[in-house]
Amino acid sequence: MTIIGKRTTKEFKEIINGKIWLFPDNVDTDAISPGQYLDDLNATLKHTCETLIKEFPTEVKDGDIIVAGRNFGCGSSRETAPTILQEKGIIAVIAESFARIFYRSSIARGFPVIEAENISKQFQTGDNIELNIPNAEIKNLNTGEVFNGKKIHPLLLKILKKNGLIEILLSELREDA
Amino acid sequence: MSGKTIAEKILGSHSISGEEVKANDIVFANIDLIMSHFGTAKVVLDFQKIRPPKKRKVFDPNKIVILFDHYNPAPTEKWAGVHDLIRKFVKNQGITNFYDIREGICHQVLPEKGHINPGMLIIGGDSHTTTYGAFNAASCGVGNTDLFYAYVTGKLWFRVPSSIKFEINGRLPYNVMSKDLIIKIAGDYTSEVGIYKSIEFTGETMESLSIPSRMTMSNFALELGAKFAFGIPDQKVLEWLKEKTNKSLELIKPDDNAIYERIYEIEVDDLEPQVSCPHTIDNVKPVSEVAGIKLNQAFLGSCTNGRFEDLEIAAKILDGKKIHPDVRMIITPASQEIWLKTAKSGIAEKLINAGAIITNPNCGACFGGHGGLLAPSEKCISSSNRNFQGRMGSNSAEIYLGSPATVAASALKGEISDPREY
Repeated sequence: MTIIGKRTTKEFKEIINGKIWLFPDNVDTDAISPGQYLDDLNATLKHTCETLIKEFPTEVKDGDIIVAGRNFGCGSSRETAPTILQEKGIIAVIAESFARIFYRSSIARGFPVIEAENISKQFQTGDNIELNIPNAEIKNLNTGEVFNGKKIHPLLLKILKKNGLIEILLSELREDA
Repeated sequence: MSGKTIAEKILGSHSISGEEVKANDIVFANIDLIMSHFGTAKVVLDFQKIRPPKKRKVFDPNKIVILFDHYNPAPTEKWAGVHDLIRKFVKNQGITNFYDIREGICHQVLPEKGHINPGMLIIGGDSHTTTYGAFNAASCGVGNTDLFYAYVTGKLWFRVPSSIKFEINGRLPYNVMSKDLIIKIAGDYTSEVGIYKSIEFTGETMESLSIPSRMTMSNFALELGAKFAFGIPDQKVLEWLKEKTNKSLELIKPDDNAIYERIYEIEVDDLEPQVSCPHTIDNVKPVSEVAGIKLNQAFLGSCTNGRFEDLEIAAKILDGKKIHPDVRMIITPASQEIWLKTAKSGIAEKLINAGAIITNPNCGACFGGHGGLLAPSEKCISSSNRNFQGRMGSNSAEIYLGSPATVAASALKGEISDPREY
C-alpha cells in the first residue's frame, strides 16, 4: 500500500518552539521520499533525507523544525514528502522559498510552512527557535534575535488553523448531512 | 487598464466569485478536469473517512481521468493491490475515463485521447501536469490531499501566478532539440526562475516546433518551478487536437498589454546540445564539456521525451549500427499509440537491431520505481526530467539528462557524445 502517515496532523498552535535542522537549497522530494520506497513507510522513515544529512533519519526528534534555503521540496508531487517529515516529528519548515506543490500540500495537510528571506544564513543545526506562525516571526532563543518571514495568506492560515483540508471537508460534509 | 496574461484569463473565467483576477490574488476556482494515477489510492482511502457513507461521491465522474502509468504492469504484490483498490473505486464511482495498465504515461495519453482542450483549468496528481500547457490549458500538479478535496467538491484554491515570458528566436541547429533549449534555460536562469509563476513560451522558434517538442518544454518547465507553462497558442495546437476531439476549440491568447514580471530573450541559432549534470537539473554543461564520460545505461523515455519523434531521431542515429557493449539501452515509448506507430514504421526494428530493449509504455526507469534501476557508482544518460541523487536507484549513481539524440549518440559510443556528428 502506498505510504500513509500513522500519526495525525498535530493540533494547530500559533506559537511553537523547537530545535533546528539546517537544510541546503533545492531539497528535492526524492531525497525526502525516495522513489524506491514509495510503497514502504518503514523504509522511507529509515532513509529520508539521508543523502543530505546522514544522521537526520536516526537523530531527528519529535518537535524539531527544519530551516532551509531556496526551493525546498522541489520535484515530484508526491505528498509522501511532507507526510514523512510530519511522521518524523517535524512541526514546521521555514525556507527561503518552496516548490509550489510541496507548499500547497503542506498547507492542505495542516503542516506549517513559512517563507523567510535569507533565513538559512541565520541559523545552525541545533539552534533553538520560537516560531509565531500567524506573525511569521522567528526568534532565535539562543541569542534573542528576531527575524520576520512572510505572513501566510489569511485563507491558507485558516486551513492550517483547522488542521488541514481533509478536516475541513469532512466536517462540512457532516454538518449538512 | 492593463491587459491579461493567459493565466489571468483562464483563472478569471473559472473563478467562483466571477470577479476579474490579477496576479497574486487568491481565488477559488471550478476545475474542468482532474487527472490522477497510482496516487488515487490515497484519495480512495480518504473517501472511506467520509460520513455519512452515502456522501462518498465524486463531484462529477465525467470530469475525472484515472490511469495507471508508474507501475505497469504491477512489479510487486503491493502495487497489484493498489491497482485493485483503484479499479474498484473507478467502478463504484462510475468513472468512465479510466485507462488501465495498457495505455501509457498520463501526460501523453490524456492529450491523445482528446481530454485536453485550450482554456481548460486542469489539476493532476503528478507534478508534470504542466505538460498540457502546450495545448493552451492552465494545468498544474497538486498533492493527494488537494486532489481529494477537488474530487469531492470540483473546486480548489489557486494563487493567480505572475507571468514571465521566454521569447525564443532563431532556428535550432541539426540534431539539437527542444530538450536542449529547455535545459539551456535551466542552466542559464536556474531551477527557481519559474517558482509560483506562469511561463509563456513565445517567438519564432516556438512557432516552428512540433507539438511533441512543445510538450517537452511545458513538461520540463515544472523543473523550473512553474505553475503553468504555456506553449504558443496557434493553429498547430488546433490542428493536432482536431484529430482527437469533436469539441469546438478556442485558443486563449494573452493581451498585447498584459503585464509580465520579466521577459527573457533567447537566441538558438548557435545552441549546442546541453546536458544537466548530477545532481540538479540546473547544473548544465554543453555536451562538448562532458563528452567522454563513460556510461552504463542510456534511458530513452518518460513524459518528457518518450514520443514518436524522439524514438525516430534515436533510430536515425542508431540505424545499422550497434550500441556499445557496456551500455544497456532501455527505450520506453510514452504510450501504446506511440509504441504501435514505432512498430509499424519499422523504427522499432532499427532500435532492436542496434541492441536496445523496448519496454511497454510506463514511467519505468525515470522515477526509480522499477524497470532499469542503477547500481552503486553507475552512470546513466537519460531523456527524462530529473537527475536528483538516488532518483534512479543507488545514491552513488549519476544521472545525466539530455535530448533523445544525445542519449542515442551516447549509447552508441558508450560515453556522453555529441549527436551533431551523426
